[in-house]
Order: sequence, then structure tokens, then C-alpha cells
Amino acid sequence: MIKHETTIRNESGFHIRPAQLFTETAARYASNISVTVNGTSTTVDGKSILGLMTLGLSKGAEITITSDGADEAEAIRALIELAESGFGEN
Amino acid sequence: MTVETLFHGIGVSEGARIGRAFVYRPIRIEDALSLKTDQPEAELEALRLAKQRCIEELEQLIEHTAQTLGEEKAVILKGQVSMLNDPSFYPPMENAIRLEQWAAETAVSQIVTKTAALFESMTSAYMQERASDVRDVGARLLMHVKGSGGGRLGDIQEEVILVADDLTPSDTVQLDKQLVRAFVTRIGGKTSHTAILANSLRIPAILGAGDAVDDIQTGDLLAIDGATGEIIVHPSEGTIAGYEAVMATQQEEQQGLAQYATREAVTTDGHRVEIAANIGTPEEAQGLVAQGAEAVGLYRTEFLFMSRSQMPDEETQYRAYREAVEAMEGRPVVIRTLDIGGDKELPYLDLPKEMNPFLGYRAIRLCLDERELLMTQLRAILRASAHGPVKIMFPMISGMQEWREAREMVMAVRYQLEQDGVEVGERIELGIMVEIPSAALQADRFAREVDFFSIGTNDLVQYTLAVDRMNEKVADLYDYFHPAVLRLIKRVIDASNVEGKWTGMCGSMAGDPLAAPLLIGLGLHEWSMSPAAMHKVKQVITSSSREACRALAERVLDMDSAAEVREALQAFAGTHSKN
Repeated sequence: MIKHETTIRNESGFHIRPAQLFTETAARYASNISVTVNGTSTTVDGKSILGLMTLGLSKGAEITITSDGADEAEAIRALIELAESGFGEN
Repeated sequence: MTVETLFHGIGVSEGARIGRAFVYRPIRIEDALSLKTDQPEAELEALRLAKQRCIEELEQLIEHTAQTLGEEKAVILKGQVSMLNDPSFYPPMENAIRLEQWAAETAVSQIVTKTAALFESMTSAYMQERASDVRDVGARLLMHVKGSGGGRLGDIQEEVILVADDLTPSDTVQLDKQLVRAFVTRIGGKTSHTAILANSLRIPAILGAGDAVDDIQTGDLLAIDGATGEIIVHPSEGTIAGYEAVMATQQEEQQGLAQYATREAVTTDGHRVEIAANIGTPEEAQGLVAQGAEAVGLYRTEFLFMSRSQMPDEETQYRAYREAVEAMEGRPVVIRTLDIGGDKELPYLDLPKEMNPFLGYRAIRLCLDERELLMTQLRAILRASAHGPVKIMFPMISGMQEWREAREMVMAVRYQLEQDGVEVGERIELGIMVEIPSAALQADRFAREVDFFSIGTNDLVQYTLAVDRMNEKVADLYDYFHPAVLRLIKRVIDASNVEGKWTGMCGSMAGDPLAAPLLIGLGLHEWSMSPAAMHKVKQVITSSSREACRALAERVLDMDSAAEVREALQAFAGTHSKN
């Protein structure tokens, strides 16, 4: 299991488009993916678009992505890269 | 084989078009019934099939969108597919059927409503909008479960003739105006919101088409004529050729009229009047000056309020008003304060349904009650007045007290702003809409206090003649050429002249070329209309003499009926036009 922290950078936060890109990427890997809002106990399935959207993350929100499974390293690398690119919006 | 069939509606916006129909039958998640089932297996299968159809439909849309609008937009539709596949969306629907014997449509509505509520409970406006994404997917699923409804406005991807029962302002806000080439609707008439929109977009429209709408399917070829109200389903090759010829002539005529953009509206004997345009959004003000508009005679601010899920704040309003003012490059903009109620509802104001909304709590009545709302709007308008000439008018004034209260609020807001050191235009004319007969009858009193009048013929006709302009059965009685209406108009113009004030007109009548000589004769100072009508009206004005128009006005004021007036005006147009 690997964890990695990151910050939401895109202006409009985690709306349907970034949430879609996130789940789409997460779904490519066999590992279980979860997303936790730092400083809270709120954790959702990283492959559930509705789960991600209900987090209500806005710009500047800090999250921890957890990946657990055979391809956990590749999965987390891809997701961090996506988040840090601002979901292609910046 | 398809057979050519002819139907008739009310042509409300001119122009002929040939195109494929797109039938819009909205279904909302609230339309689901609350039903139990004793055959859960069948319901599960119906739900599964509906989901499969939704996904197939979305995949087609995704492919098309990616090609036409780009990958960016397609991702949003992919998000809808992901929602349908989400473990917290679809499986709970199956459980509601399997464990609680709900019918598929009920299961869909329960889970969608619950999921949307999750978002709605969050505070930010932004998250509340996510609730509408969920409802949107839910409505798509429900549409396939019920096997009824169809045609989602967001799905329009090529040029179409939009066919619907009715179009609400919120529908038309989300329309892709590049792709909709014409409107055909079951209900409505010359003055409904869709007619106004069609005129300002300059696209043909036929409303009040009634049951003809049931005979049109998405994809059917249609030929429509917005002047005559003719709708031809499956036109033959001969019909198509005829329509193409008409369309070519119309295009030529448009080009011929274009010269009037740079000409002033002066009669042959040297009397000059002002031609202005009606707008609903600041974008519509772009390019108006080049088209020859000397002012914006009516800026309907309600569209700014209707196109969103929350009240626009002062800053948002200020930006919109300022944009319109700046687009007019120093020419005046008459801003009408919020005219809501009647056929225009605001989802976030939650006004109770009324028996007689047109005689009820609307426009200035509501604004004088919800003072915060009007104060905010006035602050935004006054701030915008620092960027160019702005005039303010109040809708639905029925008595002096309302006008005086509204004027006092403007004074108070101006004082506040000046105290705060905010820049405000030096002189802002204040006027009233004359659309209630009582205001027209007291015009002499009002004229002492207001800077101007603007006659809103659409409501003035409806209130004077007691004709509901939405009711097709009495639509024939609705006529601004009724001599009683003409007498009220004359009274208002005369009253303004006595006090050295001016009178404009911003209803449909102002854009009617047939009415122009009569209005010249009555002494109207300013005409405000849909931009599409400006050139034609200018053509009529520049080819008429004021003297002949005065004689005409005197004659028709003495007539018995609208039909007689119309006949006289047609005869006048025949002998005096230079065409």
C-alpha cells in the first residue's frame, strides 16, 4: 500500500470533468484506490465519480491518494501526475 | 413512403427554412410515478435495458462531440457514463426494485433524488450545480425507462428546426443558438417569450402549432414559413424548390435593407425620430451600433436573473450592465428593473403559484416588497452609469405611489454610493413603462414627475382588452390596432409633450412596419424593437411624410374596430411606400 499527498490546483475544483478524468485513470489499474481529505476522516472510492464529486473539493484542497494492489506504484504515479497537471485545466 | 402534409400555426418571426426536425419532449425526474411492482424481474430487466440504451446514446454523443467540439466537452458526457456505472448509483436502484418491490421508474427517481440531495446539502453554489448534473443523468435514464419523452436540448449537434410543446426561458438559455435554425411549438403566440427570443435571434418561429407537433418526429424534413405560419412535414421536391426560391428572395431583401443601417429615421418632411433596440443580454448589444441602433430602448434584465440557480450579486449585475453600456459607445441604454412574475419565474425566489399571475405579485410590486433585491439592482445600474448614459425605467407601474417609492429608492441608492465615494453618472433619466391602462389614463399626472414614458404594448393590449395573450382561443381578440388602445397611446404621447418629456414604445407594435406611419402621426419620439426589425421600420419612416401620417392617425382614431384600422393602414402602406 502506498499513500501520497497532493493539492487540488485547478481553478474550478473537482467538478464532473476532473472527477471523470480521475476515475477514468484509476479504472485502468487493478489496485484499490481511495481518496481522503486531509485532516478529516472522509474517504471515498477513487473509482467512484459520485464519491469524488461529493467531496466538494475546491482549489487548494489537500488530499491523500492511497493505492493498494499489484500495480499500486504505477497507479499512484499516474494519478498524482494528473492532479498536479491541474487536470489539464491550467 | 412519406407524404407531404401541411399544418398551420401562428407565424411570430419571419423567414422561411428547410431543415430536419429535432423534437424536444423534456422529462424531469419529478415526473416519475410512485409505483410498486409484483414482477421485480421484469422491472430489473427494464432498468438494465434503459441503462444500456443510455450508454449507447451517450457513446454516440461522445464520439460526435469529440469530433465537433473537442475532447474537452466529450469528457463531461463521459462523466455521465461513469455516473451510470457508479457503484453508488445503479446498484442501489436494483436493490430498491429487488428488496422493496419498487417499479423501475420509482427506483430511479428515489436514488437520483437522494444522490442529488447529497450535493444540494452542500453550501457552495458550485456543488449545488453538481446536483443538476446528477438530475440530468437521472432524467436521461428515466426517459429510457418510461420509453417516453426525448430530445434533450444539450444533445443537439447539427442544424435543426426545434419542435417542442413549449420552451421556457431556462430551456432557451441552454440552447445552442448556432444550431437552431427555427422554432415550432405547440402553444404560445406573438408575444410569448419564445417569440421575443426568436425575433432577437432573427430566426423564424411558428408558435401555437397545436397538435401538428404530434405529427413530427425527430429527423423529419420540415419546410416552415415564419411569416405565414405554414409548416410542411415531408415536403416534396417541388415544395422544397419553392421554399428555396423564397429563401433566396428573402436574403436579397435583407441585403437591400442593409443600407438603412447608416441612415437616420427622418420623414420626407424632415421630422426625425429615434430608432432603438430591445435586448435581453449584454451580448445582444454587441454590434447594435453598426446595425444602426441609436440606443437600447429596453434592456430586459430578467434574463440575467433567470439563467442561473441563484440571485446574481451586485458585482455580476454591474458587469452585465456595464458591458451593455460600453457596447453602445456613448448611446443611451434604458435599463428596465426586474420584471419577474407572470410567465417569468425565478426558481430561487420560490413564489407561490397564483390564480392570475398577470394580475398578481410581479414586477415593481414584488421589487418594492423585496427591497434588498431592488436596492442591489439599482446599485449595480447606478455604478454602470459611470461608463455611459443610462436611463432607468420601472415596469408595471399602476399608480403614482409606486413610481414615487421607486424614485425615492434611486435617490437613496445614489446618496449611499456618493457617500461611499463610488462614481455614478451625473444625470440619470427615470421613467415608467406604460402597460397598465391606469397609468395611461393618469399620464398627465405622471408626466409632471417622470423623465419619459415607454409604452409596453404587449401588456397594455392584454390589460386594456382583457385578453390573455397566451390563450390561443382568444388570441384573435388581441390586437394593438384596437382603437381603444390607440387612444391610450395618443393620450400618453400628448401628456409627455405638454410637459416637454418624451415617449418611447418597446412592445411588438414598435417593430411592426405597418404601425410606423400611425405612430409617426401620433407623435411617438422613440421606437425600440428587436434589432431584426429596425431596417424595415426605418425604410417605412424615411418614405413617409409626417403630414400624411398625422392625417392618417386622426382618421383611424375615429374608427370603430381594429379590422378597420388595419385596412386603412394597409391602404396607406400601399399608396405611400416607395417600393
